[in-house]
Amino acid sequence: MNGKTLVLGVIGSDVHAVGNKILEIALKEAGFRVVNLGVLVSQKEFVEAAIETAADAVLVSSLYGHAEIDCRGLREAFIEAGIGDIRLYIGGYLVVGNQPWEETKAKFEAMGFDRVYPPNTLPEDFIPELKQDLGIEE
Amino acid sequence: MQLIVLIDIGSTFTKVSAVDLDEARLAAHFQAPTTPRNVNDGLQAALTGLGEELAKVGVTSADVQRAQKLACSSAAGGLQMIAIGLVTDLTAEAARQAALGAGARVLKTYAYELTEADRDEIARLQPDIILLAGGTDGGNYTTIIHNAKVLAALDLKVPVVIAGNRSVAPEVAAYLKHNFSTYITANVMPEIGRLDVEPARQVIRQVFMETIVQAKGLSKAEELIDGIFMPTPAAVLRAGTILSQGIAGHTGWGDLVIVDVGGATTDVHSLGSGQPSRAGTVMRGLPEPFAKRTVEGDLGVRVSASPLVEAVGADVVSSFLGWEPERVRALAARITAEQDFLPQTPDDVRFDQALGYFATKAAVSRHAGRISEVYTPTGPVWIQEGKDLSQFKAVIATGGVFINSSAPAHMLAGAAKEASNPFELKPIDPTYYLDSDYLLAAAGLLAEEYGQAAFRLMERSLKCVR
Repeated sequence: MNGKTLVLGVIGSDVHAVGNKILEIALKEAGFRVVNLGVLVSQKEFVEAAIETAADAVLVSSLYGHAEIDCRGLREAFIEAGIGDIRLYIGGYLVVGNQPWEETKAKFEAMGFDRVYPPNTLPEDFIPELKQDLGIEE
Repeated sequence: MQLIVLIDIGSTFTKVSAVDLDEARLAAHFQAPTTPRNVNDGLQAALTGLGEELAKVGVTSADVQRAQKLACSSAAGGLQMIAIGLVTDLTAEAARQAALGAGARVLKTYAYELTEADRDEIARLQPDIILLAGGTDGGNYTTIIHNAKVLAALDLKVPVVIAGNRSVAPEVAAYLKHNFSTYITANVMPEIGRLDVEPARQVIRQVFMETIVQAKGLSKAEELIDGIFMPTPAAVLRAGTILSQGIAGHTGWGDLVIVDVGGATTDVHSLGSGQPSRAGTVMRGLPEPFAKRTVEGDLGVRVSASPLVEAVGADVVSSFLGWEPERVRALAARITAEQDFLPQTPDDVRFDQALGYFATKAAVSRHAGRISEVYTPTGPVWIQEGKDLSQFKAVIATGGVFINSSAPAHMLAGAAKEASNPFELKPIDPTYYLDSDYLLAAAGLLAEEYGQAAFRLMERSLKCVR
């Protein structure tokens, strides 16, 4: 265990459960304490779980193209709840169709996400960055 | 015959039952008014009455004296508690569930950081026990420590049960132990999505037995009996658990609901997991305890008659009865004001029936879970919050309004799912039973030592009603 707590879940009316489960297993193997909220998670549930568990980061998944609507105001909700400086990550099929990735990334960064990952990102692609961000020594 | 005497010291009546343990049969029953100043007087009167009843069936007074006597109590306001947690829907709710399951009346539930005004309010509310939770294990600890510091200055002698983030439990206790007796137990919510209320319930019961009984002046009654073991609602929940799950040699009844309509409050107990009965349903919200109790402080058939009518709507009650709303309100107000109202006229009786029906209907609706349909790009999905009672096959009624009624099944029909409200997960077409001998609480007490006798006693005494 590396002592860091992560909250993860699939936001909004999204029921894609498989990737979420794979992510949970990979993050646990990497030594994190994982609080997996599963699918169909509301903003409120992300915020409340992060408070109770004193989470270090929240990992939001969205695989059905409606992430922008579902995530609007999420950073603000954390600020309102008194944990505004928590690290926020998002990944998946965030938008519908073939929009340029750089634009999508910039859009979600502007919404307050610290890191934004494109479709088909593998756990081993981003876990080193996550560890680095949270100050975990390899 | 081996005799055991089971006592339920209620707020109005002290009910005593003698049970023949060999036969698991009720030998005699008696009740006398509870005497709030000194419960001993009412208890003595009830036991004397019971002795006379037993003499008729050939039991000597020496046998009665020698019999083991166990009691539960809801006198002197019952067990009154404050529950404190961190997030309203998470540890604060888990703490509230733990207190309710221990048979308490929860005076108030606090979430997030307590203020000095909150502390003053707690001092005014004068709880018997404070349950302090907050943070999952290894999670947030700042709030529970803050709350312990605020409580440390509370000018009230009250036991504090600590059931929060285990990493800081000793530290929390250290802030409190100069002024309070503290009890550390397992976290009511060790991780998100998991409830662990049983250890806290056990500790609360132990504190109730050791200290609360004395503080409430109930210890005098202990001279006559072998002990007051739990608050009455905890005994009812225990009885329901045994009946649902069964016991060595006896198959349980499976998932069931108990409705206890009282004068001031209505309790609903459900025994069963309440997992979704519809395939492909996603559960949301706090996990539900197998044995769940809810208490509705505004639903009752005597002192709460007016609040009940307001809660369900005077127009709804009036169209049910075919009366003017004003008449409904006036009669409800009269019943609320008169301490010892007894239905006299046929209209009184009809009104009493209506109150019992609506109290049942509203209380079970609030207890039951809800289902809603969400449209996702991959098709519709059902989301369930709370317990699905739709497949629960037995609904058991206890309380005077049912027992004294000539048509208890009509009142109990309020517990069932209505076609007009498809999103409430109430029981579909259950079988109704009546606790006609007031034996549920007694059976819960009996189950402490004689589980099989308790099970057989309930099977024998619960009457199926149509």
